[in-house]
Amino acid sequence: MRNVVPVLTVLAIIVGVWWAAVAPMNMRAALDVAERAGDTVVPEGSVQRRDISVLTLMANNAQHIASGYSLKRPRLPTPTQVGAELWKTTGAMVMRGRAFSKRSLIYHGWITLQSTLWGFLLGTTLGILGAVAIVYSRVANMSLMPWAVISQTIPIVALAPMIIVLSNQLGIQERIVPKAIIAAYLCYFPVLVSMVKGLRSPAASELDLLKTYSAGGLQSFFKLRLPASVPFLFTSLKVGIAAALVGTIVGELPTGAISGLGARILIGDQFGTPLAIWAALFAAAILAGVLVTLLDVVQRITLFKMGFRS
Amino acid sequence: MIWLVGALVFWVVAWALNIRLANSSRADTIALRVAVPVLFGVTLLVLWEGLVRGLGVSQVILPAPSQIGSTIINSTETLWTDFNQTVLKGALRGFVIGALAAFATAIMIDRSSFLTRGLLPIGNFVAALPIVGIAPILVNWFGFDWQSKAAVVVVMVFFPVLVNTVQGLRETDKMQQDLMRTYAAGYLQTLLKLRLPAAMPFVFNGLKIATTLALIGAIVAEYFGSPTRGMGFRISTGVGSLDIDLVWAEIAVAALAGTFFYGLVAWLEKRVTFWHPSQTG
Repeated sequence: MRNVVPVLTVLAIIVGVWWAAVAPMNMRAALDVAERAGDTVVPEGSVQRRDISVLTLMANNAQHIASGYSLKRPRLPTPTQVGAELWKTTGAMVMRGRAFSKRSLIYHGWITLQSTLWGFLLGTTLGILGAVAIVYSRVANMSLMPWAVISQTIPIVALAPMIIVLSNQLGIQERIVPKAIIAAYLCYFPVLVSMVKGLRSPAASELDLLKTYSAGGLQSFFKLRLPASVPFLFTSLKVGIAAALVGTIVGELPTGAISGLGARILIGDQFGTPLAIWAALFAAAILAGVLVTLLDVVQRITLFKMGFRS
Repeated sequence: MIWLVGALVFWVVAWALNIRLANSSRADTIALRVAVPVLFGVTLLVLWEGLVRGLGVSQVILPAPSQIGSTIINSTETLWTDFNQTVLKGALRGFVIGALAAFATAIMIDRSSFLTRGLLPIGNFVAALPIVGIAPILVNWFGFDWQSKAAVVVVMVFFPVLVNTVQGLRETDKMQQDLMRTYAAGYLQTLLKLRLPAAMPFVFNGLKIATTLALIGAIVAEYFGSPTRGMGFRISTGVGSLDIDLVWAEIAVAALAGTFFYGLVAWLEKRVTFWHPSQTG
């Protein structure tokens, strides 16, 4: 609670800077629009204006600055424009009962969410299984761990188109599969690293204690190692779900997908509708925030029930 | 058939060898620490080669590693131009600008605890967002050449480095700072001699995350428009024209570049934070 005022202040500063930046960013476009509408603009012709700095243009055409805040295709939209676009493609669609129409961001967000969750599930499973293998087997530790690190230094976006081509050739028509694979690829690594740390976190004396109880390998795994790793697991899950969302959107960007938030960004770029791009970006941000917050709540409840004090 | 069987036999032999090596008494020597993962990697390549040849997989779907290797040798010139455009111009410049900007911002913000408390949660949140999505916007603002790629990289790199640096600067405890005061050290001296060195493990953590992001950003930005060179450009056109072996060659170069870049930062980290427990263990 202590942080609410500072956070709000910083947010206000960011929005203020954004608002102020709209005028210079949109000045040239605003002048072009005003000129086409027959207003006097100094100097005339967009070619003549190209070499003049934006600040000079703003000083000479002060009466047109305001119109930069309501352009149809702004270089930088105002926060209210983005908010209005977001509302138009989500809330307003719901009110008309068309929440899942193809023009609604709820529909596209749902598509993205599905691949994110599948990728998250796949990545988390792989990460946990890999961690168990690494903790219990020297061979796996020595041969897998370096490659896990290297796999993350490979820019997945380079692989993304190939994964999609490959799964197409193999006869997998659903677009969700390649996207989920890319999401899992980004998601498994933080889980793997944290789980290795978590499974190794019990001290030798604790493991020895279980031995004196004549507990077998399985028992010491389920009664000691696994519970001890839960706090590590949750921390990495929060990183992992954000990574899975990034993976899904990266998987949607370069591939000509038609639905999903990444595809909205792509289509917005191709059709020159910046407002659609910004709205999709903010929708993705909101989705990321909701997912991470949900996991945070689950983490708090689980850790509390398990008796961890934090 | 011979390829298939050969690859499987190689797999089994290599696996057995790796188990022996890893459980041998000299498993902790550097030679074996390198040999085991390398053998694992080679096994994967041999399996790949054997499966592609043995099952007669069309090269449009998946070329064999040997074929990718010969493509790399035959088109070094193209690969170098792309590497230069994407990695050296786009990713590297963006990485340096973004990291320096984040570092400077962190030091400025650090003077006010109010700003730090406000910025840290926001920075943490933004660092988790899919920032790659701003690529089309920045390409629109900065044009098709490397400037827009560098801009995307700057934005992607900025927040992880910022958050980690701010966190690192808060690492020193009261006792250490009081000690500096008893030495009559001023703000600058405390910063340079105590707090920045103490923050370095965190800074490098951020830089390591940023290396991967930098390459991702530079390549994604090229999907949204680029001059007729660059890795992202070559990959997206290669997929379209079924030049799959060239695409894989680009992927191999990207992987090597990414690994080398990461290794470089990790090496620097080792030199700078030699005193940290995680490095001496």
